[in-house]
Amino acid sequence: MGYEIKLDIFEGPLDLLLYLIRKNEIDIYNIPIALITEQYLAHLDMMRSLNLDLAGEYLVLASTLLHIKSKMLLPVEEDEHDEDEPDPRDELVRQLLEYQQFKEAALKLETRPLLNRDVFKRGFIAETGADYDDQEMAVELNVFDLVEAFHKIISTVEKGDSLEIDVEKMSLTEKMNDIMERLTEKGDLTFAELLGVSGSKMMLLYTFLAILELMRQRMIRVYQGCSFGVIRVCLAVEA
Amino acid sequence: MEENKTIIEALIFASDNPLSADRVAEIIPDVKKDEINRLIRELMREYEERRGGLYIQEVAGGFQFRSRENLGSWINRMKGGKSLMLSPAAMETLAVVAYRQPVVKAEIDRVRGVDVSGSLRGLLEKKFVRIMGRKDVPGKPIIYGTTKKFLEVFNLKDLSELPTLRELKDLKNET
Repeated sequence: MGYEIKLDIFEGPLDLLLYLIRKNEIDIYNIPIALITEQYLAHLDMMRSLNLDLAGEYLVLASTLLHIKSKMLLPVEEDEHDEDEPDPRDELVRQLLEYQQFKEAALKLETRPLLNRDVFKRGFIAETGADYDDQEMAVELNVFDLVEAFHKIISTVEKGDSLEIDVEKMSLTEKMNDIMERLTEKGDLTFAELLGVSGSKMMLLYTFLAILELMRQRMIRVYQGCSFGVIRVCLAVEA
Repeated sequence: MEENKTIIEALIFASDNPLSADRVAEIIPDVKKDEINRLIRELMREYEERRGGLYIQEVAGGFQFRSRENLGSWINRMKGGKSLMLSPAAMETLAVVAYRQPVVKAEIDRVRGVDVSGSLRGLLEKKFVRIMGRKDVPGKPIIYGTTKKFLEVFNLKDLSELPTLRELKDLKNET
């Protein structure tokens, strides 16, 4: 394949920062601010280039980093520099450590024997079959998951056998209407069914774009029952 | 006496929620609390010795019959492989609420570095988190805490059983 999409999903700016610190094997108490700021901003650029809505919090942390960086560039006069002078990074480090604490606690909690996942009690209403509206059970997917799934499907399309460009006129609106029609008819469809593996790459792309657009407009919802399970698409409002 | 044990066994079985010893005492009043507790422990031991598919778990302030953990995959197969899952974001929010409760949303936002409105709403809907009241400061912000259902699902007797948070000093040494 000519392209590769690799995106780690971050739970927020602090998560991204922790990831960068781990990746660079940096001592959290002695963060090289210039390096980290550069990498942090590069990640933001990447996210922006994917047209993701960048949450304001990411920008707030970016400005915090730049502020710390500028502070550290200021020369410290020899005699004024004593131990009491707080390191401009202190506040950020404290925040990072606190966040890391809870991130770990969350992971630890999840490894416990969970009711209705590992252990079961009597009278648990067994949910089988097609009840995909149950939000408690299904995980709503985000754009990252879909991009990954799309990547998987498009990589199975034979390379080179359809170089001929079909000038069949396609419009996004048409494709979107098509998807909505099929969903109204069937109730819900799997991601793979919607994309129709037999189609050309062009067709796949159009369908994928249409799905993303419909998601953005909150016309459809995308769910996954369990990790690595089948991705299902259904109408956001029951027709 | 033997009969009391079988009554308690049946009560635990038939109860929708973890059954507390206090509740048992209300139902069979002529048995002492100590005796009830002793009989429950005896039942628990019996199920332990039998090594069957069921056991009695002390959870959320009571006792509950549960299937053994190593059999989970079979039950999931019966149910169609769907399992309860919270997103990492929801888990982080839940962890902050669990350890910091009673806690206001602004504090959760601060710790996680993001706006937690979405995940907090989800946790409220799933009844893992509840509104405990309002803080007596300007703006009267809502105070959140965890529910009994949280204890039940996460297999905790009470909040003191939460795994201890790692000390900040230890975090430093590893990073």
